[in-house]
Amino acid sequence: MSLISTLARLEAVESGRAQPLATVRHRHVAERPLVLVPLTTAGEAGAPLGALVGTDREEPRLLVVPQPRDRDLRFAFLADLAEAVLPYVEDFADDVEAAERSETDPETGKKVKVEVELCADAPQLVVPGRAGVEYVRLLGRSMRFRRTAEQDPETPFPAPPRVPLLGRWLTHYGERARVPGSSLLLAATDLLNRHWATGQSSLEDQHLGALLAWIDPPEGASGAEAALRAELGRDRDGQLLCPPAGPATDPAFDNRLLAPAVERYDRARHALASAEDGEAADERLGDLHRAEREIRRLVLTQLRPTWHAVWRALDLVRALPPGPRVADRWTRDRWSFTGHRDRVRAGEPPQPRRDDAVTAANKLAARESAQTQLEAQEALDDPLVMAGRRLTGEAFVGEVVEVTMAWSESKRPAPRPLLTVRTDDLPHLAEGVKAYRSLEGKPQTAQFVRYEDDGSLVLRVLDRMGRGREPAEGSVPEKGDRLVWTLFEHDQRVGPKLPDPEETPWTHGGPPRADATESPDPVTPEDLL
Amino acid sequence: MTSVAFDPSAEAARATREILDDTLRGDARGVVVDSPPGAGKSTLVVRAALELAAAGRPLMVVAQTNAQVDDLVLRLAEKEPELPVGRLHSNDPDPYDKALDDLGNVRKSARAADLAGLDVVISTAAKWAHVKGVEPWGHAIVDEAYQMRSDALLAVAGLFERALFVGDPGQLDPFSVVGSDQWAGLSYDPSASAVSTLLAHNPELPQHRLPVSWRLPASAAPLVSHAFYPYTPFRSGTGPGDRRLSFGVPSDGSGPDRVLDEAAESGWGLLELPARHTPRTDPEAVRAVALVVRRLLDRGGAAVSERSADPVPLTPDRIAVGTAHRDQAAAVRAALAELGVGGVTVDTANRLQGREYDVTVVLHPLSGRPDATAFHLETGRLCVLASRHRHACVVVCRAGVAELLDEHPSTEPVQLGVTVKFPDGWEANHAVLSHLSEHRVTWSP
Repeated sequence: MSLISTLARLEAVESGRAQPLATVRHRHVAERPLVLVPLTTAGEAGAPLGALVGTDREEPRLLVVPQPRDRDLRFAFLADLAEAVLPYVEDFADDVEAAERSETDPETGKKVKVEVELCADAPQLVVPGRAGVEYVRLLGRSMRFRRTAEQDPETPFPAPPRVPLLGRWLTHYGERARVPGSSLLLAATDLLNRHWATGQSSLEDQHLGALLAWIDPPEGASGAEAALRAELGRDRDGQLLCPPAGPATDPAFDNRLLAPAVERYDRARHALASAEDGEAADERLGDLHRAEREIRRLVLTQLRPTWHAVWRALDLVRALPPGPRVADRWTRDRWSFTGHRDRVRAGEPPQPRRDDAVTAANKLAARESAQTQLEAQEALDDPLVMAGRRLTGEAFVGEVVEVTMAWSESKRPAPRPLLTVRTDDLPHLAEGVKAYRSLEGKPQTAQFVRYEDDGSLVLRVLDRMGRGREPAEGSVPEKGDRLVWTLFEHDQRVGPKLPDPEETPWTHGGPPRADATESPDPVTPEDLL
Repeated sequence: MTSVAFDPSAEAARATREILDDTLRGDARGVVVDSPPGAGKSTLVVRAALELAAAGRPLMVVAQTNAQVDDLVLRLAEKEPELPVGRLHSNDPDPYDKALDDLGNVRKSARAADLAGLDVVISTAAKWAHVKGVEPWGHAIVDEAYQMRSDALLAVAGLFERALFVGDPGQLDPFSVVGSDQWAGLSYDPSASAVSTLLAHNPELPQHRLPVSWRLPASAAPLVSHAFYPYTPFRSGTGPGDRRLSFGVPSDGSGPDRVLDEAAESGWGLLELPARHTPRTDPEAVRAVALVVRRLLDRGGAAVSERSADPVPLTPDRIAVGTAHRDQAAAVRAALAELGVGGVTVDTANRLQGREYDVTVVLHPLSGRPDATAFHLETGRLCVLASRHRHACVVVCRAGVAELLDEHPSTEPVQLGVTVKFPDGWEANHAVLSHLSEHRVTWSP
């Protein structure tokens, strides 16, 4: 944790309210995001219990699995979820703009510009917390390899038509969420934690209710009191006042309310199956519907507070003006969305279970570069973030007190002016260290030369001054300018191109083999108790 | 004073012979050499390079940093001034050490094609990764292979047919600034070390290890070997009396002087400050580190070793200060400047890897901390800090680290398919701490 965020947390404890960590919004929040609040069944991985989903905060769609262990009901739930999510996703697929992408021509091997489509906007999914992101990933994994009756008439348990497609989209969104700074799939807690520091631990910050209590406490209460109530407060029946944001449910709810209700439902189903005549069946069908309605009601009590909390979180971050470079990152998200749309349309198979060596290395490289880019962009967008970097000696603000013209020693001398800069910051400078400033949105490089006796420092400007002997107008700072210099680069260099997967070298096991079927782990003596 | 049963020179020579045998005449595509700190890894790399060149095998050498590359070029030129060597460098300004310009047989270029046909071409892994469309080299030497990431090896492995991988498994593992848990347990996890991927796919490759540390004194080798290499022990090349550290000026009785005397006597010293939770750049501890260095110089330290019969004065360039974080290093540098000390190396563990000094002063990674995170517990970090010295190591630390360790057992999640590394940082920290406590000097500044 950086010094400045520690300070913000201390101030939050003292004042009883969360303190801002940013002056602008660092994530893209769509005009019409799709909020998804899923719940899962205790004790069985990937058995959904219900969800609230929708783009209209007043009219969410409630999906419930009255008996989560029933695979047919689970499939029905997933089919409903597909009907709630896919039309929203597909809405964005056809609104495109023309864009260019450089590709390698397979015949000549040269880079050529190719005209391609880029979706003008992309669907955004918002879940309550990180566990929700993980659950989206899990749902995606459980669905994308399923076969529908249309794909494979022989399959013993065909999935409803659109379920595998939903699995592929959720997988793509789950994977994209791992890219730093991406906004296709957001967790409300991450959004809030990026912009505010609370007076509780970062573990407690994963509780959406407690987090909101710090940021937006009810009238007259301190953040700490409100957060405690959100975490632990229970009503007379022992139920949490603020149910967990899921996907896991509160055990007290499971044991006292949900389990008996599911049991009643099971009994009603059993009774219906054993009904002997039409009249009895009608009556028992009524019982079954009543039991199901009761479960739906119960699940809704758990979902609704979280649903509103997520929208409240979106309101709070929307109130901040967007950082100038947020749109640039959102464009990358749009590329990501467009890319997956194209893969789906081209009939490519679902994402493999595991990445091969080359794909894994490429993904890691892309995420590392996104991380450094995000850190640089956030600092450049936001003086409060930059203050944190200044405190750690990675940036400094200084006034230019003198400009001395100088030129490089070459046949065609280029301008290399020397700036004397006075600063109160303590940057980690050493001879040859580069410093960058933003000039018309592009980084200009300077090199640290020496400290003067009075503590001011001398920088030599190295680039962006035009081709002539005299620097282009406005390209050299002037006396009296107050500038922000960073010791980190503003842009990312393009990393090396890795070999194609078919050319995976021997050190990494050679090319992936399509024919190699995975054998189950052998049974060892330790497997038997 | 070397023991009769163990002749370090003979042991080391035997290991080297076996390695070169496998490299030059073996039929495996790769050979892996584990080298404890200061076991002559660079010497081995230079020797293997010369023998491969002499055998007429075109060789590429992959090192991890530009400093390592330049160092290797200089060592090669020193041994074999006539050998045609290529230094492949980046397009940045000042891409290589200016000393290379004085070497007649070293050609420098940013393009691999310009260096084709030279006996040996040396560059960093990062630069090699950009080399495309060239005839692959018959042989490669990958230096510091345990500090190289698997994805970096993936980018360069297409450039060579066979390779010798050399490195120290006990130093800092490569890391990533983003999470890579999703690939944990895969044999080609891109964030793992190059050697672990290599061996996972090619378990039959011959593996060797260098058995003798020439750097570490007899006082340090047993501890470092026991704490960080419990299953692959090594010995020191010198015996207990072969290295001595003495001072021209007697102790003034202060904490720093007493700990220096203890370190001169036993090879280790722990200067323990009162327990306290502090920010990372703990002003008292930082000042204590600076004071120890100041006194080390003021007292006219002199080192006797197997390298020369006469005592060699301890100059600032033979001293290093090691820290865990960059801001701590910056704070120590400022404190040293305040005391008028210049020329002493102050850096983080990551940057001290592979370097060697007579005396090191270490700010303990856990000093003053309220918690023990995976970063601060990392085995490699402590191992680097505790194994840079030829004579003595002084550790400056707040009291209470043992209790802190007990309150923070390792809680890293267990990942299926990941080979568990022994020892874990927790255990290694305890081992080092319990040894240091025998050389403790408590002091309140």
